[in-house]
Amino acid sequence: MRLPSRPALVAAAAVLALTSCGSGTQSGGSITLTITANSIEGGKNSESAAWIKKWVIPEFEKTHQNVKVLFQGNGVDDEQYKTKIALDLKSRTGADVIDLDGIWVGEFAQAGYIKPLTEVGGAGVEQWEGWSQIPQAVQGLGIFDGKKYGLPQGTDGRVLFYNKALFRKAGLPETWQPTSWQQIIDAGVKLKAAGVPTPVQIDAGTAMGEATTMQGVLPLLAGAGSEIYASGKWAGASQAVKDVLGFYQQIYGGSGLGDPKLQQEAKGRDKSFAQFAAGKIAILAESDYFWRSVIEPKAGVAPMPDRDQVVGYAKIPARQPGGGIRGQDFVSMSGGAVRVLNPFSKNPKLAWELLAFMHSAAATKSQLAGQARISSRTDVNEEVLTADPMLKYVADEVLPVTAYRPGLAVYPQVSTALQEATAAVVGGKSADEAAAAYQGRLEGLVGGAANVGG
Amino acid sequence: MARPTSAADAAGLGRGRAVAFVLPALVLIGVFLLFPALWTVYLGLTDYRLTGLAAADPQVVGLDNYTTALADPRFLSSLWLTLLYVGGSAVVGQAGLGFALAWILRSRTGPLRRIVEGAVLLSWILPSTVVGMLWFALLDRDDGTLNALLHTPGFAWLLDYPLLSIIVFNVWRGTAFSMMLYSAALENVPPSHLETARLAGASVPQQLRDVVLPTIRRHVLTNLLLISLWTFNDFTPFVLTGGGPEGRSEILPVYVYRVALQDGQLGVGAAISFLILLINLVFALAYLRLLRGRRRTPEAAAAGGPPA
Repeated sequence: MRLPSRPALVAAAAVLALTSCGSGTQSGGSITLTITANSIEGGKNSESAAWIKKWVIPEFEKTHQNVKVLFQGNGVDDEQYKTKIALDLKSRTGADVIDLDGIWVGEFAQAGYIKPLTEVGGAGVEQWEGWSQIPQAVQGLGIFDGKKYGLPQGTDGRVLFYNKALFRKAGLPETWQPTSWQQIIDAGVKLKAAGVPTPVQIDAGTAMGEATTMQGVLPLLAGAGSEIYASGKWAGASQAVKDVLGFYQQIYGGSGLGDPKLQQEAKGRDKSFAQFAAGKIAILAESDYFWRSVIEPKAGVAPMPDRDQVVGYAKIPARQPGGGIRGQDFVSMSGGAVRVLNPFSKNPKLAWELLAFMHSAAATKSQLAGQARISSRTDVNEEVLTADPMLKYVADEVLPVTAYRPGLAVYPQVSTALQEATAAVVGGKSADEAAAAYQGRLEGLVGGAANVGG
Repeated sequence: MARPTSAADAAGLGRGRAVAFVLPALVLIGVFLLFPALWTVYLGLTDYRLTGLAAADPQVVGLDNYTTALADPRFLSSLWLTLLYVGGSAVVGQAGLGFALAWILRSRTGPLRRIVEGAVLLSWILPSTVVGMLWFALLDRDDGTLNALLHTPGFAWLLDYPLLSIIVFNVWRGTAFSMMLYSAALENVPPSHLETARLAGASVPQQLRDVVLPTIRRHVLTNLLLISLWTFNDFTPFVLTGGGPEGRSEILPVYVYRVALQDGQLGVGAAISFLILLINLVFALAYLRLLRGRRRTPEAAAAGGPPA
C-alpha cells in the first residue's frame, strides 16, 4: 500500500482539530434537559404531552437562555413504562425529570434509583413556595420513609361510570346511585335483558395489570370492609377477599353480565374503553382519568362527543350499606403520579428549577385549562374546581371516603397475586379455590403466614 | 517467505502469528458471549431484583432460584408449550412446508415460481413487530380480517387457540429459510438418480425416501438445528398474545421476560435463562452428533469396499 502524502495528512489533522474545536464550544454554550412521561401526543394522556411541549418547554426556555428542553414521550402500558424507567436509572441514564406513579416511589428509592429531592436539587428544594399549597395527604404520594422524593401532580378517585342512554333503554333511572353490590348486579341483569352486550365491566385478570387491582379488587375490598394492608398484616384469604372474588364470579361466571374474554386479551383495557364509548358496555369502574383522558370529547383516546349528556357517574357502594372500611356506605381508591429528579442528572440544580416550574401555580393552571383534573395545589384547585362538575364531584364526594395503597416495595407483587386470583375466577375457578391459591402465593411473597391476616 | 509448511500448519504462519490472527475474534467471543454467560450464571445465584432493596444490595441465595423455577408449575407448562411450539412450527411446519414448496417448485420456472418465492420471502424479511401487528389485526376478535372473511364475528382466535395461532403464525413467518435451503439442497440430487428410480418404478414417496433423503440428509439436519434453536428463543409471539390468556401461549422467552422484567425478579430470570441455555446446548449436541454420525458412514463405506 502507498502511504498518503504528507501535506494530505497535515490537512486532515487540521480539519479534525478544527471541527472538534467547533463542536466543543457549541456544547459548552447550551445545556439540554429532558422530561419523560408515559404520555404522547395523539395517544395516551395526549393533553399532558401537549402541555409539556406547547407550554412548559417554551415558557421555561424563555427565562433560561442556553437551556434546551426535550420531551421524551411514551404511550405504553404502565408496567412497560415502569420497566423502561427502571432500566434507564439502573444504567445511570435517562431523562432529568421523570414521571412516576406514586406507588413506585418506595421500590425505586430502595433500589437507589431515585434520591430525596433535597439531595439532588440542593437547598432550594425546601424553600419552594409550592409545599405550603400541597395538602399533606397528597404530598404523601411522593414521600417514602419520611423523605420527599417527588412532587405530586395531583390525585384521583374511582367511581362507577354508566351510560345513561343504555339505562333509559333498560328502564333504569338516569340518575343512578347503587347502595349495595346487589344493586349493581340487578341493574346489570336489566341491562342484559334490554340487549346491552356487556352490562358491567370490572377490570380483572393479569393482562390489565394494576388496573385490575386499582379499579376492581381494592375498591371492592374496601367495600367489603377490609384494606389490603392494615396494622402490619396483608389481607389473605379472608371473608372480605372471598366476597370480592364472589362478586367477580357473579359477573364473569356465566351470568353474561361481564365479558370474560375481554379480561384475558392483551389489549383488553383499551378495548373496554372503546366498547364503553361505542355504547356496548353500560357500567364501568374507572378513575376520573377515564373522564378527562379517555372519553374526553376532543382529545380522548376513545372520545365521546356527547359525554356530558350521556355519561353518568356514581360512587362505588360498599357490599351493603355501612359495610365498607371505617363503616362507610361508599368507598373509593386514590393514587396519583409524581415527578422525580434523576439523581444521575448532569445538571441537577437546573433540573430542580424545571421541576419546580412545572409545579408552579401558573403551570398547573395552564395544564388544567380545558381539562378536568384535581391538581396537587390547593390554590389552583379552589379556582378551577367549579369548572367541571365531574371534577367537583370527585373532590367533594369521593376523596373524603377514599383510601390509598400501601407504599411498600412488595406491594406490586401482592397486586399481581390479586390479579391472578381474579384471573382464576374469570377462568372458571370458584372463589374459594382462587382465594386459597392467593393465600399460598401471598405467604411466599410477604415472608410467611405471620404477616398475613385471616 | 520460504517458511516450511506442514500438515498441521497449512498456512505457514507459525504459532505466534496464528494466535495473533485469532486473538481479536477470541476477545470478541469472550467479551460478548462468554462473559455474559458466566455473568448470567452468577446472577442466577442471587436474589437480584429490578427494583427495591435487592436491586441495591443483592444477596447470594445459592440454588434457590433453580429450585423455585423447577418447582414452578408455570415454568414446566411453559417448557411444554415451548416444545410444542418448536415441534409444531419449526420441525413439522417450517421444515415440512419448506420442503414441500422446494420439491414442488424444483423443476418449475417462470412467473409462478417467482411469485411463490417472492411471497414466502416477503413474510421472512419484514420486521417482526410489523408482522406481529399485521397478524394481530388479522386474528383480532372484534375487527379482525379473518373473522370478516369467514363471517365469524367475535370469534377469539388468539384467546381460544393461542398456541395454534402462534404456531401457524411462525410457520408462515419462517418457511422461507427452509424453502431456500431445501431448494439449494435438491439441486445436489443428481437428476440421473431420480430418473433411474422412476424408470425402476419407484413411487414418489419411495424416491424421496431412497434417493432424495440420503443425499440431502445433512442439509435437513443443519436446517432443523438452526430453525429449532431460533424458534426456541423466539420472542415475536409476545406481540400477538402477550403470553396470554393466562399463560396459555407463554413460551420460555416470554416467561423469562415476564419473570425478569415485568415481575422484576432478575435473579430468577437469570437462572431460567441459564436453564434455557442448557436445553439449547442439548438440542445442538444431539443434532451435531447426528450430523457427525452421517459424515463417518460414507467414509467408512468408501474405505470398506470398492465403489458400486
